[in-house]
Order: sequence, then C-alpha cells, then structure tokens
Amino acid sequence: MGDDTPYLLDGSHWSGPQGIPHLVLAHLGYTGLALLCGLVIALPVGLYIGHTGRGSFLAINAGNAGRSLPTLGLLMLMVTLMGLGFLPVLIALTVLVVPPILTTTYAGLRNVDRSAVDAAVGMGMRPWQVLWRVEVPMALPVMLGGLRSAALQVVATATVAASVGLSGLGRLLIDGLSVNDYGRVVAGAVVVAVLAIVLDLLLGLVQRYAVSPGISGRGLRRRGAPVAASGPDPELA
Amino acid sequence: MIDYLGSNSDVVLAALRQHVGLAFLPLLIGVVLALPVGYLGVRFGWLYHPLLNASGIVYSIPSLALFVTLPYVLGTQVLSPVNIVVALSLYTLALMARTVADGLRSVDPSLTEAATAMGYRRTRRLVEVELPLALPVVLAGVRVAAVSNISLVSVGALIGIGGLGALFTRGFQLFYTAPILVGVVLSVLLAAVTDLVIVSVQRAVTPWTRATTRRA
Repeated sequence: MGDDTPYLLDGSHWSGPQGIPHLVLAHLGYTGLALLCGLVIALPVGLYIGHTGRGSFLAINAGNAGRSLPTLGLLMLMVTLMGLGFLPVLIALTVLVVPPILTTTYAGLRNVDRSAVDAAVGMGMRPWQVLWRVEVPMALPVMLGGLRSAALQVVATATVAASVGLSGLGRLLIDGLSVNDYGRVVAGAVVVAVLAIVLDLLLGLVQRYAVSPGISGRGLRRRGAPVAASGPDPELA
Repeated sequence: MIDYLGSNSDVVLAALRQHVGLAFLPLLIGVVLALPVGYLGVRFGWLYHPLLNASGIVYSIPSLALFVTLPYVLGTQVLSPVNIVVALSLYTLALMARTVADGLRSVDPSLTEAATAMGYRRTRRLVEVELPLALPVVLAGVRVAAVSNISLVSVGALIGIGGLGALFTRGFQLFYTAPILVGVVLSVLLAAVTDLVIVSVQRAVTPWTRATTRRA
C-alpha cells in the first residue's frame, strides 16, 4: 500500500466490497438494469410509432429533450423527493436510455424501404408479421446503433450514482477526490473508460452478427457477389 | 420554487451566467478546431476511418472521469474552470470533426466538379461551395454538441464548478428540492432556447434546403 504502487496494481484494491471487481459489478448492474427498464418502456412505444406513423412528433423530439435533461440534477431531484436509495438512480438512468432507443427505433422503422413493406402486405402478411418479419429485421442496424449509444451513455453516467452514496466506479472518483488521492481518481477514470470502450466494442460485434446477412451484406463478399458500398454509419442516423 | 427564486435570484443568475460561459466557450473552440480536422479527414481519405475511431474513443470517456483527470494532465487546479472548458472542447471536437467530414462528403460531387470547371481553385471552392453545402449537416451536429454541452456542464458541480449544477449539489446537501428544480428547469430551458436559435440560423443561412423539401 506504499504510495509508489499504482492503485490498480495494488492487490488489496482488488478484493472486498470496495474492491475494483465489486465496483465494476455494481456499475454494470446499474447499467444493465437501466438499459432493461429503458428498453421495456421505449421499445414498444418506438415500434408502435414507427409502424403506424402515429405520434411521430413525440419520437422525433424525445431525442433532443432527453439530451437536454441534466442527469445529475434529475438524480438529485429524485433523491430529495424519494430519499436515498437505488430507485432514484434507476429512474435517472432510465430517463437517459429512453430517448435514444425511442428515436432510433422510430427512425429505423420509418426508413425501411416502403416497397418491401408493400410487398409483405401484398403477400398477405398480417400487420404483426410485417412488423416482426420485415420491418424489425430491416431496421435492426439502426436500432442496435441506438442501443449502443444508449449503453455508452449509461455506463459513463452511472458514475454519478456515487454522488448520492451508492456504489459503482464513481466511488473511486468521488472518494479519491474527497481525500485528494490522485492515484485512486486516475484508476477510477481509467477503469470506467476501459469499461465503456469494451462495452462499445462488444455491442459493435452484436450489431454486426445480429443483423441478417441479407441486409448487412456480410458474407456476400466471399462468394464473389458484388456488394453495395455500406452507407454512412447508422449510429448518427 | 418561486420563493426560492425570489430570495436567491442573484445566486441563480450567477450560476446561469457561469453555465452559459462553460457551455458556449468550448462549443466555439471545438467547432473552430473541428473545421480543419474534419476537412483533413476528407482531403486525405485514409484519415477518415482513424478519425471516426478516435472520435468514438474520446466520446466514450465519461465526462466525470475526464473532469477529474484533467487537472493532473494539464497541471491546473482541481477547482479551475479550465478543466471543464478543455473537457467539453474535446467532446465538441470529437463530435464535430466527424460531422464536418460527413458534411463535406455529403456534397454532391457534380457540384464541386462544376465549380472546378468554372475556374474555382481548391480553397475558394471549399469556402464558397463545399462548406455552405455542408452546412445543414454541420449545423445539425452543432445542435447536438450545444445541447449535450449544456447538460454536461452541470456534472462539473461534483468537482466544484458546474454553473447550474451548483444548485443541484447545494439542494442535495440541504435535502431541499427548490434549488434543484430551478437548476433543472433553467438548464432545460437554456438548451431549448439554444436549439431554437441554431435552428433559426440554419433556416436563415440554408434557404435552399427548405425550397427542396417544399417541392418534394
């Protein structure tokens, strides 16, 4: 525990309730739960709006409205209203997840080639089948892009949970700052950044392999078929 | 909430003023830096993908982590506003460099060819033809950057400087809802007004985009 040992290389920081693995798990737990809650709320609404075109005003503006809400303020507001605990953190992080999922689900469905939808209807598919067999598979790249940016945002923002006394990697930052422990602050920053980058890479892989080869063009190249140049990154769509 | 505003208007106004400064100065710095960087990403095609990756990595660094590490990197005081300005400039640069590159790439090549044929040299063509045509994409990026800067500033409150974010931490310490609510509402309003201003500017400087949407 000498001052010369970098925080991350000190074995005593890798065990116990304040150890790094424990903090990472808590951090991932907050992130995962918030993503789940956000998906449960935003996905059905986004699918409904994208499929029917009704209420598109809501979907288009949700993105900007969500970005402008300061999460820290929302979190502290919830805490003063509901008391300390996990629920205010979950609510604040879920509010962060909903807009990107809602907006990209809607945008993905709206950008599906209308002739494909018409063809599906012409083949006698029911609205439910059109949605699940045609629209969602074709919108998947954009939808997963939304999930990816939502996950990135939540993993980064979950650090604020420590400011209202909860666990997670924010503990290293906040506690390190309060006792002027430079090593701990930097260690926290590095671990959070690495976690964010790894999560982004993993979701990038999911995005790549979850999308049907007929849409992504993956695997066509090997068979020598001409492949249309992949368009701009769907993330910003 | 109204009572709180009445008796603390000077505190709230000072916080708002600091918030505006901390959000817009980095926006300006980031956009100004992003123009040449984004241009390089288009001019030298092989730079485009490294640019995308670099911007993705910078964007994935959590703001709180960046705020608290910068003092050690820059040698500034922990309580110096410079940390916030540098961090937000970095985010703006990361987002805008990519947007500028995408905007320039979105320009119809037949238009740049026409400009070349009319005798425009590279620099003049860039300033008078390509940049204006890239404006709709670039300004859309500026909207995103401005709004996210405004909401990110308040995270700075956790390290002592955060404009309206100071109202959050104060309210939290006193377990008092009013200042937090005032801070959240003002922050959202500031973002909404800024967004509206940028949209109006966009409509004013790119009249051709409206003309085509109306005809379509």
